[in-house]
Amino acid sequence: MAILHLEHLAIDLQTAGRLRRVVHDVTFRLAEGEAVGLVGESGAGKSLTSRAVIRLLPDGARVHGAILMEGRSITDMSRESLRSYRLSEVAMIFQDPRAHVNPVRRVGDFLTEALVERGEDRKKALEIVTGLLATVGIEDAERRMRQYPHELSGGLLQRVMIAAALSISPKLLLADEPTTALDVTTQSDVMVHLDAQRRGRGLAMVFVTHDLELAIAVCDRIAVLYAGHLVEDSPAAHLHEKALHPYTRGLLASRPSPTLRRERLAAIPGRPLSGLEVQEGCVFCSRCAHAQERCQKERPVLRELGDARVACHRAEELLEGGRSGGADGAEFEVRVGDRG
Amino acid sequence: MILRLVAGRLAMLAVTVAVASIAIYGALYLAPGNPATLLAGGHATHAEIRLITRQLKLTEPFFTRYWDWLFGLLHGNLGESFLYREPVASLLAPRVLNTVFLVTYASVVIVVGGLALGLASALFKRLGMGITILTGVGLATPSFVAAIILITLFAVDWKLFPVFGGGAGFVDRLDHLTLPAVALALSWLAYTSQLTRTAVEDEVKKEHVETARGRGIARRHIVTRHLLRNAMIPISTVSGITVAGLIAGDVVVEQAFGVNGLGSFLVSSALDKDFASVQAVALILVATFVVVNALVDIWSLFLDPRLRAKGA
Repeated sequence: MAILHLEHLAIDLQTAGRLRRVVHDVTFRLAEGEAVGLVGESGAGKSLTSRAVIRLLPDGARVHGAILMEGRSITDMSRESLRSYRLSEVAMIFQDPRAHVNPVRRVGDFLTEALVERGEDRKKALEIVTGLLATVGIEDAERRMRQYPHELSGGLLQRVMIAAALSISPKLLLADEPTTALDVTTQSDVMVHLDAQRRGRGLAMVFVTHDLELAIAVCDRIAVLYAGHLVEDSPAAHLHEKALHPYTRGLLASRPSPTLRRERLAAIPGRPLSGLEVQEGCVFCSRCAHAQERCQKERPVLRELGDARVACHRAEELLEGGRSGGADGAEFEVRVGDRG
Repeated sequence: MILRLVAGRLAMLAVTVAVASIAIYGALYLAPGNPATLLAGGHATHAEIRLITRQLKLTEPFFTRYWDWLFGLLHGNLGESFLYREPVASLLAPRVLNTVFLVTYASVVIVVGGLALGLASALFKRLGMGITILTGVGLATPSFVAAIILITLFAVDWKLFPVFGGGAGFVDRLDHLTLPAVALALSWLAYTSQLTRTAVEDEVKKEHVETARGRGIARRHIVTRHLLRNAMIPISTVSGITVAGLIAGDVVVEQAFGVNGLGSFLVSSALDKDFASVQAVALILVATFVVVNALVDIWSLFLDPRLRAKGA
């Protein structure tokens, strides 16, 4: 049974006094211990989708469709069951640890807060988190716990956040761009610990990122969001050879290759649409090199194709063409410096 | 590390009080009118006035007189009242208690009332509207106006509190000084309430509060550990200054309610040109103001660990 099930999730946000749809249609299941990467450009709705899972949306937001955690609807939870769900089943790792950890309380207080809230003895809680700090590579745990957040580096603080998330032994981790705010050298360090802990504990994870390659490296499946729509959901392992949606292929092609030196970086033409700007037809057709008349009129529904799902009218044709043509997105116009 | 910061703050305090003492002494030195004329009375001859002037050492140069005064202060001698021919210290002793009681009472009213109203208006939107209107009115009401209204309603019409005086003993004082304390506190209470509201509303939007909510921390714990705890930093900085400002407001309120304290003594001494008393009271008020401010600064070092790091 799926641990998490999102069914036609749509989210409306209150903007300038009225509700506007930002996330339109996201459907996926997450099995126990499975990691899915939510990938897309800014405004695609990936962050909102992950926040909906822990019901941490902006004031006035309205959620449609279903979000089920082991069969229980998260949108219908009472205040008390929501609290106990957050205290014991799901934990979120935020993008910017500097802002997301209270600056005037000690690191140790932050780490033990959820356990103590759950009724754990304070001493026992301290013991648990001390052990956790060691597992995320923080050696002098006791000293660190007496320090304040500003005394720790960003990478160290993000590992503290990971330890705090693990402290409640959740079943599901939500990671909202956990390395974006860190500098490049500490990014991989933090990611290695997060990945190792998740795999070691068999936790399910929703990993939000705009770094497709990173998602491929740490996730089992990749769910690609564009303008508030889930356009592709494929196993991470085959994505490089068998990306189904033109948008996914565009994303893969626009990443600079570490080995191949090119005159210009590939980019998807046009600018990324947000969920607010969706019009008739396929959401991606305004930027798609393969768009036909049908694409402009009829919105493709998400359908199964082998072990993946895709929302593209021409997925099969393009897959055939892609195999014979071979190239990695050569069909895209090439521009410099316009990567959205 | 924290000790060095505290020591630095205390040194600054000493310098401020020293500078203030020169200013206070200098201001009265420059003030027009000769206290000797006043003391001698209307029918005094020039010779008598000259004698008194010499007795009071009024002919000596400024710095000699200042030095004598300062030397006395440092030895616990506040000087002698020209008017009463008594040490100022013994004149102040019975009055200090009234003023300390009144200012402390008002401070408690401000801090407790201001925090409670501010927090309530930040957390409960509907209630907040009403509180904002009320505190707006409170903010615009000067203490002498508040004093008149309070006396009329609570003392004269409804006879709930005494009209006049400071009382003796704790309970009697509490009874006598309730209206003065409220009059003194009113506008500062309104100010603290609005400040608390803003500080808490700012904090509600912070990401770390979102983290706490996402972790399933109970609302009351979020309020105490995250909202109030962090909002206390700006609140205590500003309300520290307001409490120090009470010392000035105290002068007006003591007059209005006939409380025999330092404030009313300052006014009557100034009218009588009783320089030694004015100097002593003014210096005490300035020193208290500066000390309260320093305490608030030191207190905020404990509230905000980031300040400690900056000083290191």
